[in-house]
Amino acid sequence: MASMNMIQAINSALDVTMGRDPDIVVFGEDVGYFGGVFRCTAGLQKKYGKTRVFDTPIAEGGIVGTAIGMGAYGLRPVIEIQFADYIYPAFDQLVSEAARLRYRSGGGFHAPLTVRAPCGGGIFGGQTHSQSPEAIFTHVCGLKTVMPSTPYDAKGLLIAAIEDDDPVIFLEPKRIYNGPFDGHHERPLTPWAKHPAGEVPEDYYRIELGQASIVRPGAQLTVLAYGTMVHVCLAAAEEAGVDAEVIDLRSLVPLDLDTIARSVQKTGRCVIAHEASRTGGFGAELMAQVQEACFWHLEAPIERVTGWDTPYPHAFEWTYFPGPARVAKAMKNVVEA
Amino acid sequence: MTSSAHEPGAALRLHVPEPKARPGEVPDFSGMSVPPAGTLARPPIDADEPALREYPYALIRVLDDAQRAVGPWAPALTPERLRAGLRHMMLTRAFDDRMLRVQRQGKTSFYMKSTGEEAVAVAQAYALDDGDMLFPSYRQQGLLIARDWPLVDLMCQIFSNPGDRLKGRQLPVMYSVPEKNFFSISGNLGTQFPQAVGWAMASAIKGDTRIAASWVGDGTTAEGDVHYALTFAAVYQAPVLLNVVNNQWAISSFQGFAGGERTTFAARAIGYGVPGLRVDGNDFLAVYAVTQWAAERARRNYGPTLIELVTYRAAAHSTSDDPSAYRPQDEAARWPLGDPVERLKQHLIGLGAWSEAQHEALARELEEHVKAQLREAEALGTLGTPPAGVESLFEDVFKDMPPHLQRQLAELKGA
Ligand SMILES: Cc1ncc(C[n+]2csc(CCOP(=O)(O)OP(=O)(O)O)c2C)c(N)n1
Ligand SMILES: [Mg+2]
Repeated sequence: MASMNMIQAINSALDVTMGRDPDIVVFGEDVGYFGGVFRCTAGLQKKYGKTRVFDTPIAEGGIVGTAIGMGAYGLRPVIEIQFADYIYPAFDQLVSEAARLRYRSGGGFHAPLTVRAPCGGGIFGGQTHSQSPEAIFTHVCGLKTVMPSTPYDAKGLLIAAIEDDDPVIFLEPKRIYNGPFDGHHERPLTPWAKHPAGEVPEDYYRIELGQASIVRPGAQLTVLAYGTMVHVCLAAAEEAGVDAEVIDLRSLVPLDLDTIARSVQKTGRCVIAHEASRTGGFGAELMAQVQEACFWHLEAPIERVTGWDTPYPHAFEWTYFPGPARVAKAMKNVVEA
Repeated sequence: MTSSAHEPGAALRLHVPEPKARPGEVPDFSGMSVPPAGTLARPPIDADEPALREYPYALIRVLDDAQRAVGPWAPALTPERLRAGLRHMMLTRAFDDRMLRVQRQGKTSFYMKSTGEEAVAVAQAYALDDGDMLFPSYRQQGLLIARDWPLVDLMCQIFSNPGDRLKGRQLPVMYSVPEKNFFSISGNLGTQFPQAVGWAMASAIKGDTRIAASWVGDGTTAEGDVHYALTFAAVYQAPVLLNVVNNQWAISSFQGFAGGERTTFAARAIGYGVPGLRVDGNDFLAVYAVTQWAAERARRNYGPTLIELVTYRAAAHSTSDDPSAYRPQDEAARWPLGDPVERLKQHLIGLGAWSEAQHEALARELEEHVKAQLREAEALGTLGTPPAGVESLFEDVFKDMPPHLQRQLAELKGA
């Protein structure tokens, strides 16, 4: 075991898998010599050489398109999109190509790629360094979408994503790269070194995609969250004095509906939280599935806490961000309903 | 490469570009050819593209090693106008230096300098008309400064304070100034290039006389948008100037990762049948002359031009970047095309129209001017001072606020 922040855990996942499988290649803007603007690929080029870890032209559509071609050859590309906000030029390659290749070729071809992209706000990055576009991808049939909330999970999930034979969108909440940010931006950040999930095995391990994790067992209500919002919800439960069962989804597609339904059937109450905007957000899908699976157990309307339906602002970052106060309020509403 | 790599049946090898020097190594620009100034002809503005095919591979230069203006490209600019250009370049630099300090003091989140590239924006603004529409990237603050837009307005945007016309919505430096025909800057690279072409097409559709210009970096040329722009510009012969600012670096990636190892960025134009001009981007006079040629060509309905401005990004990519991790620290100092401010200064001194003493006095004056503007901006607040009431968060998503946003605003206010 070693103490790792999320950047180091991601780096370790890449290192461990590259060491085991010579077909894994890693590329993207600034990922080679420099090791990525967030340093997630630091040292890999030196260790595995320039033909397995390399910089690319600034062309996200080109990065994904060539990754699909390499996958068709038999390689296993792990590509980085510098910010999730810059993934849109690759949209056609992801949606029309990677996602459907297996289906349209009757299984004759597939796209075993992993697309890593830092997502989420909280760094005063304005609208082009803060987005959470997960719902755009969960809507696409044929893509898996994953978002870790701790270094331990990040490594295990990334290894599983890389080894997956289908395309996986692996979104990394950059606000928790260095510590479990709980939404209290006015307080100093606790580093991962002080968190149990900052203890990460140096060797290979997998966390299967499609398995949620109950990060805080509770009896009064179920909270569904992922990424940074897991930590915000834990803080909110504490502050609201509510015995919440907080579930970290970890993987949105495939979704661990069993764990979710078991919990909601037990508590009868549910709050859903995400940083992304509200309309058509993944919370809407979760609400629908919880309602389908748990209607007769529900004792209160389900509530959603989300970003507002506006582009991500610069100055009003903390008015936009669904912090612990808003989550706590929703928890109380649902418990008291 | 050993010859065995090229024999029949050879194992294929992947080429991955590598810059000539990395940190700790000696900067090496030996592969770069810097032809003497003044040697290239200035073709007529109605020349057909096939007659212009040497220009994408050449380098148009006006200022020689002694900073004298030589050759047919030397523009007819009065010393007064040159002094004004120098002033705007120095103001841009002083503004950048001050804003970097302000960011370091924690008064804002982010900043991007254009140090070493001031001639690009300032000389190009000078060669265009004020009515021409500009679609810049984030490194052409000099365009607004050359169009005499008040620094205090830019500073308020940088602070996201109540004086910020963008209402605190945008990352610092992502200006938008319709009054100066300066389009809203996007953080997403390259998107502005086809937009400029569309604006120019509209101007042609309406029989207007105004043209458009846009700027992308060397790295950004790889984006599909850049190629859409060139295709549309060529197909419709749009009155537009498409500028590639080749400052050698795209964050940590040298221009070889955008294809610069194989050919020039100006040469991309040939494939589209568009004239491509390659110019010494640190030579104020050459940049002015080339831009004026292309603008005149566009205005007379001879269509678009692609201009590659060869320069060097002397500062970090942004305040989030540390170039010492990927390039030699003294690379800027070894850049063969020198510094644009210094070169224009020496040119003016050579003309007898400027002196060291005047230069120093001007530098001090501009620094004071920047400080005074900063005091004015800071009086309105720095990052953290709300730019407006929270309702502004929900405004301008649409022209009229739809019911779902009204509900969300009510929820926020009730919270
Ligand atoms: C679509 C998109 N992809 C990636 C980025 C991240 N990014 C911002 S600036 C930059 C480098 C741009 O280099 P260049 O075009 O040479 O312009 P320069 O910064 O040198 O002026 C990158 C990769 C972005 N802003 N937009
Ligand atoms: Mg560049």
